[in-house]
Amino acid sequence: MALKQTSGVTVTVENVSLSFGKTEVLKGVNLEIKPGELFTFLGPSGSGKSTLLRSIAGFGPRPGGRILIDGDDIAGLAPWDRNVGMVFQSYALWPHMTVRKNVAFGLEERKVPAREIAERVEAALDLVGLAAYGDRRPSQLSGGQQQRVALARTIVVEPRVLLLDEPLSNLDANLRVQMRREIHDLQRKLNLTTIFVTHDQEEANTISDRMAVLDQGVIQQTGTPLNLYDNPANRFVASFLGTANLLEGRIEAGDGGLWFIADAGPRLRLTPDAGAAGDRTAAMMRPQNLTITDADGALGQDVAVLEGTVEMLEFLGTIVRYAVRVGGASMLVDETHRVGRAVHAVGDSVRLGVEAADIRLLSA
Amino acid sequence: MTTVSRSLWGPGAVALSLALFLIVFLVIPVAKVIYVAFQDPNTGALTLINFVDFFNTSLFQESFFNSFYVASMSVVLASVFALPLAYFTTRFNFGGSILIQTLGVIPLIMPPFVGAVAMVLLFGQNGSINLLLDEYFGFTIPFMEGLNGVIFVESVHYFPFILINLSAALNNIDRSMEEAAQNLGASRGRLFRRIVFPLAMPGYVAGASLVFLKVFDDLGTPLLLNINNMLAPQAYLRISSIGINDPMGYVISVILVMFSLLALWTSFLALRGKDYATVQKGGGGLMKRDLAGWEKAGCYAVVILILLLVLSPHIALTLLSFGTVWSFSPLPDAYTAQHYVDVVSTSSTYITNTLLYAGLAAGIDVVFGTAIAYVVWRTGLPGRKLLDYMAMGAVAIPGVVLGIGYLRTFYQFDVPFIDKPLASWWVIIVIALAIRRLPYALRACVAALQQVSVMLEEAAENLGATKSRTVRRIVVPLMMGGIVAGFVTSFATAAVELSATIMLVSQESDAPLAYGIYEFMQSASGRGPGAALGIIAVLIIGIATYLSHRVINKKETERAPQQAAAPEEKVQGA
Ligand SMILES: Nc1ncnc2c1ncn2[C@@H]1O[C@H](COP(=O)(O)OP(=O)(O)O)[C@@H](O)[C@H]1O
Ligand SMILES: [Mg+2]
Repeated sequence: MALKQTSGVTVTVENVSLSFGKTEVLKGVNLEIKPGELFTFLGPSGSGKSTLLRSIAGFGPRPGGRILIDGDDIAGLAPWDRNVGMVFQSYALWPHMTVRKNVAFGLEERKVPAREIAERVEAALDLVGLAAYGDRRPSQLSGGQQQRVALARTIVVEPRVLLLDEPLSNLDANLRVQMRREIHDLQRKLNLTTIFVTHDQEEANTISDRMAVLDQGVIQQTGTPLNLYDNPANRFVASFLGTANLLEGRIEAGDGGLWFIADAGPRLRLTPDAGAAGDRTAAMMRPQNLTITDADGALGQDVAVLEGTVEMLEFLGTIVRYAVRVGGASMLVDETHRVGRAVHAVGDSVRLGVEAADIRLLSA
Repeated sequence: MTTVSRSLWGPGAVALSLALFLIVFLVIPVAKVIYVAFQDPNTGALTLINFVDFFNTSLFQESFFNSFYVASMSVVLASVFALPLAYFTTRFNFGGSILIQTLGVIPLIMPPFVGAVAMVLLFGQNGSINLLLDEYFGFTIPFMEGLNGVIFVESVHYFPFILINLSAALNNIDRSMEEAAQNLGASRGRLFRRIVFPLAMPGYVAGASLVFLKVFDDLGTPLLLNINNMLAPQAYLRISSIGINDPMGYVISVILVMFSLLALWTSFLALRGKDYATVQKGGGGLMKRDLAGWEKAGCYAVVILILLLVLSPHIALTLLSFGTVWSFSPLPDAYTAQHYVDVVSTSSTYITNTLLYAGLAAGIDVVFGTAIAYVVWRTGLPGRKLLDYMAMGAVAIPGVVLGIGYLRTFYQFDVPFIDKPLASWWVIIVIALAIRRLPYALRACVAALQQVSVMLEEAAENLGATKSRTVRRIVVPLMMGGIVAGFVTSFATAAVELSATIMLVSQESDAPLAYGIYEFMQSASGRGPGAALGIIAVLIIGIATYLSHRVINKKETERAPQQAAAPEEKVQGA
């Protein structure tokens, strides 16, 4: 008997706020998670990810606002009445029960007939590749296996939503990549609406359909990984997702186009629809989108050129990362490294090229 | 479906019942005792007259002084026993350390009054030791003369409190701390004075306060050694001979409680803010020194002497229980098992009563202990801390005081259907034992609960288990090791408790072992059977303790590797 594919539910979070004593941990969070979607909460430690996830599961103080599953408000329900499956960061396997007993627990609490329990437990263990381990104690399993037991224990009850709180953080690097894929496959197979919490950008990028970036209890931006990386809504998202050069300045019209005038000196040509002249804003460029040449080197057409001096360089293997002083600003530039290619030394005068299309203006 | 707020109803009802129990059987009786102490016996008005009378009566002045003197001297003598043992075993590479530490705890299994009479036969004016001393060296030592006897017996029994606390402190002084001090230029002497001594002091003070408390409150030992001019015996004698309305028993009770509080407060201050977890990661453990040959011989001599002393009550009691006649001779004249046969055939009710009372009391303690621990640490009930304080408050109430309180409070309260006052029904003995041991069981339960990660509970709730189902299927099974430990501690100490029991036994057929031992020991002919009963008590306790260690070890090995594999977060994800 295989585990059933679900039809997937919608999870709606409406204006949810929560405080521990005087500290506001969630400040009016709004989200809509679609049926069968793998949705990630990404943010630095302490940003409120776990608190939000636990609110959905019914743990912690009761939050203000509404949490809806397929339109029903569950905010007033006790955790055991929600049928929302959660996998804990430390797995929280019960040490006094065997693996099989751990997995059977939720079905027993639901008063499922014993025969059916046995079948479903075996199916779940099979699904996570632990069919042979049912009689072991959790303490006799490796970290990865414990993780799988925790997953099996949660999905065997066929929860409406799957919640995963930093599920990979206790695993070593290789296992993390493997488990990430397994979780992804499993989620697809069951079509289970899933919320995944992590502080790891790479993990979020590879696994999510969509994600929400949290900082200080506020959702900064929601979207697909690619969209967030390319079009960050604000300075926080821009720097949290990868490395970003941020220049503060204003937009001006002139020379038959729009220009960004950085407070620190550099002038950059913008695409005609980039913004309105006179606005103050920040310009964001990714280091790999800048090109670097010698002081007399040639750069392509339609490329803004900035003159500067190399302040620092780091050889990272596939790339060389330079910090280049341009006027009052320090810009990071990544150059793909080719065998034998000379690098620019500290103190060298260099020129940086930026295409208008690679510049993003941030409103906030 | 349950809402979150409704889920507080269950714990709330449990907490209220627990609070009610503690109020009826702890707070009210103690309050009653204090109230009566300040009440004019004739008019009923509040007054200090009883205290004035107390301090104007020479017998009470003397008793007060004696109790204070005996308790203080017992601390001194107990320190003399404990310091070398603690120091040698923790600071030197010295074979048999574990043996010594284990043997050092043995006296705690047997309360002092049980061995008191046997000690007279060994150390008294005409005891084995003095007979031998007199014969070979022509002098005797008054070990057991008057107050000396009480001091000697008490310190032999209670020195482990100092030993345990002090060893814990010494054991936890990390090598790296001492090396750091030496590295910064401290010599060995300065090292001891500036690092070892200050770090070990709180442990010593905590242990010493406990010894003081135990000795000050002890009733059985002075009674059996026939020393009546001390506070606890006076309280008992006033109530049992003059009557429940005599105010002096109450005045003494108030003084006993005050000194208990003082001793506990001292211990609390000593340990406050000093957790002993000074062993650092990657530290080399304890700094132990190797001993030269002659040093080692000296150490062994001291240690063996102390151990002989420690074991002397047990040795003497064993001899007494197997001896035919033992009087004016170093050893009994002949040996027999007759005392055991007699006791088992004629006095087995003592044994069955003890098993019943101590079993029930310990059962009540762990059930209440678990419930209180859960309410206090796992619910947000308002006022839950109060429950903890109330239960722990029993630590400060000497058995005599609780006994007097029960007599006074419940002698008029007739139990329905039984048709006699609650104060003379055997159940009151069980309740007294349960109340007195509750603090220890509660601490064991709290420690066990704190080992259970909250996430293990949340995981169960997440999978559909209600609070009460989670408690039953997850919390209690995981606490089982601690619960068993709590049960055995309560059982073992309740099995030989005398001070509250002696006041509450209203008929011979209700009496437990401790009372039986006390009764037997009163007469010369009863000593043999009394000793046999004492040995039986020690065996019961020993076996219970051993079994519990087995259970606890098994539980620990089951769970231990998990901790390493999955480091659990303290409360919630970071
Ligand atoms: N039980 C609690 N009591 C008080 N503060 C808490 C509690 N749980 C979390 N916090 C605080 O709430 C904030 C968010 O925590 P959390 O949701 O765990 O963050 P994240 O999971 O994003 O690292 C942190 O500042 C944390 O200190
Ligand atoms: Mg977290």
